[in-house]
Amino acid sequence: MPNENKKCKHLAGLCEKLDKCEHYQKFAKYRDKVLALGNDSLEKTISVALSLCFVCAILVSISAVALKPLQVENKAMDMKKNILDVAGLLEDGTNIHQAFEEQIEAKLVDMETGDYVEDRDVTAYDQRKAAKDATQNIVIPRDKDLASIKAKAKIAKVYLVKEGGAVKSIILPVHGYGLWSTMYGFLALDADGQTVQSINFYDQAETPGLGGEVVNPNWRALWAGKKVYTESGEVALKLIKGVVDTNKDGSEFQVDGLAGATLTSTGVSNLIKYWMSSEGFASYLEKIRTDG
Amino acid sequence: MSAILNNETKKVLIKPLVNDNPITLQVLGICSALAVTSQMSTSLIMAVALTSVTACSSAAISSIRNHIPSSIRIIVQMTIIASLVIVVDQILKAFAYDVSKQLSVFVGLIITNCIVMGRAEAYAMKNPPMASFMDGIGNGLGYSLILVIVAFFRELFGSGKLLGFDIFTLTKDGGWYEPNGLMLLPPSAFFIIGIIIWSFRQWKPEQVEQPDFKIIDISHGEGGHH
Repeated sequence: MPNENKKCKHLAGLCEKLDKCEHYQKFAKYRDKVLALGNDSLEKTISVALSLCFVCAILVSISAVALKPLQVENKAMDMKKNILDVAGLLEDGTNIHQAFEEQIEAKLVDMETGDYVEDRDVTAYDQRKAAKDATQNIVIPRDKDLASIKAKAKIAKVYLVKEGGAVKSIILPVHGYGLWSTMYGFLALDADGQTVQSINFYDQAETPGLGGEVVNPNWRALWAGKKVYTESGEVALKLIKGVVDTNKDGSEFQVDGLAGATLTSTGVSNLIKYWMSSEGFASYLEKIRTDG
Repeated sequence: MSAILNNETKKVLIKPLVNDNPITLQVLGICSALAVTSQMSTSLIMAVALTSVTACSSAAISSIRNHIPSSIRIIVQMTIIASLVIVVDQILKAFAYDVSKQLSVFVGLIITNCIVMGRAEAYAMKNPPMASFMDGIGNGLGYSLILVIVAFFRELFGSGKLLGFDIFTLTKDGGWYEPNGLMLLPPSAFFIIGIIIWSFRQWKPEQVEQPDFKIIDISHGEGGHH
C-alpha cells in the first residue's frame, strides 16, 4: 500500500511539474484555443491534420521498430526453411533450426574466381544486400545481363549438404526478372554440379495462378534429375512451351513451361542460363567437380 | 458486464451477423472475401485482422468526431485506418509470418476495404467511441462469419482438408476424393457467396431489395382511356 501511495505522489508531482512548465502551459493554451475553434476554420484544419499525422507517425514507428527483431528472426527462419526444403530435408515437424545447424554448411564463393572466401563471417553476410552495395557488387554489362538484374554481388553465399564428409548437394542462390518481379530462389544440384535435385523460389510476385505457379510443388518436382550442361559445357537447361516429350533427345535439358505464363517461363530460363554460365557459378562448379 | 451489454450494444453486435451483414446485405468487402478464402487458416487471420482494424478505427474516429474538419474528413479517416492496418501488418509479420506471407497484399488492402470506411462514415462519425467500437466488432464478425463459411466449403471441397487437417483422403494419396480444382480458384467464392446471399434472403425475405424502378404496363394503362 505505501508503495502505491508513493507512486501516486510521484505521479502527482510530475503532473504538478508539467503544469508549471512554461512550454506546457503554452501548449495547453494553444490546444484549448484550437479545440474551441470552429471545425471548418483553416487553422483548425491544419492543426488537426498535423497532430493526427504526428500521432499516427509515432504509432506506426513504434510498432515497426519494436517488432523489427522478431520479424528479422522470422525472415531468417523462413530462409533456413527454404534451404532445407530445396535440399529435400524438410519434413513435417522438423526442427528447422537444429536441422539447419546439423546438416547444412554455408560457404562464401568469390564469383570471379570460383574459390571459397574463408576470411569473412559467413552468417553475417547478406548477398542480397551486397548486390545493391556499390562497394560489394559488380555491375553487369547490358549485353551479358540475361537475367535483367543489373548488378550481382562479388561474393555469393552457397550452401552445402554433406554426408560422411562428401558433398551430397550444392545449393546455389539464383535470381532473375520474370514478368512483374525479381524472383529469388535456390537451385540444388548433385555433387557432380550437373544434375538438378530441386528448385525453389522463396520471393516472387508473379501473377497468382499463372506465373505464381513457380512455387507449385508439382511443377517443381519436374526439375528433379534434369541436366544443366551439355557435353561441350554449355548451359542447355531451359523451359519449353508445353509438355516435355521424354522420348525425344535432349528432354533431360527441358522442363515444362508454365501454362499461360510465357514471360515468367522465359525469366526462369534466362536466370538459369545466366547463373549457370561463366558469369555465374560455372567456374565454381568446375572447381567442385575437380576437387570434390 | 450487463452495463456494457445494454440493448444498443447488443443490437450493434448482433445485427450485422445476419440481418445487416456487410457482405450479404450491403455487399461490401467482396474482393478480399474472394482472395483469402481458399484456406480456413488465412480466412481466420484475415477475419481477426479486419475485425480489430474496424473496431479500433471506429473507436478512434468516433473519439475525435467532433473535431474533424469536414473538408479533410475522409483523409483523416483514411490516415487512422491506414496507420492501424500497418500496425496489424507488422504484428502479423512478427507473430504469424507464414500466414502473413500467404495473405501478402491483402492485409494492406484492408485500408481500401469498404466495410472499414463504411462503418467509419455511417456509424462512428455520429456515435460515441464505445458504441462505435462495438459496431466495428459486430461488422467485423459479420464479415468473419461469411469468410469462414466460404473458406469452409472451399478448403473442404478444394483440398479435402479443414484447417490443414485431412478430412477427405485425396485420390492421389490413395483415398476416394477427387478434389474440385475450381474451389481453389477465386471465382468459386462468387458462387458460394451468391448461394449464401440467396439462402439468407429466402430465410429473411425482407432483405430482398426493391427494384429501383417499375416498368409501367403501357398497353394496359393506355387501354383504359380508349
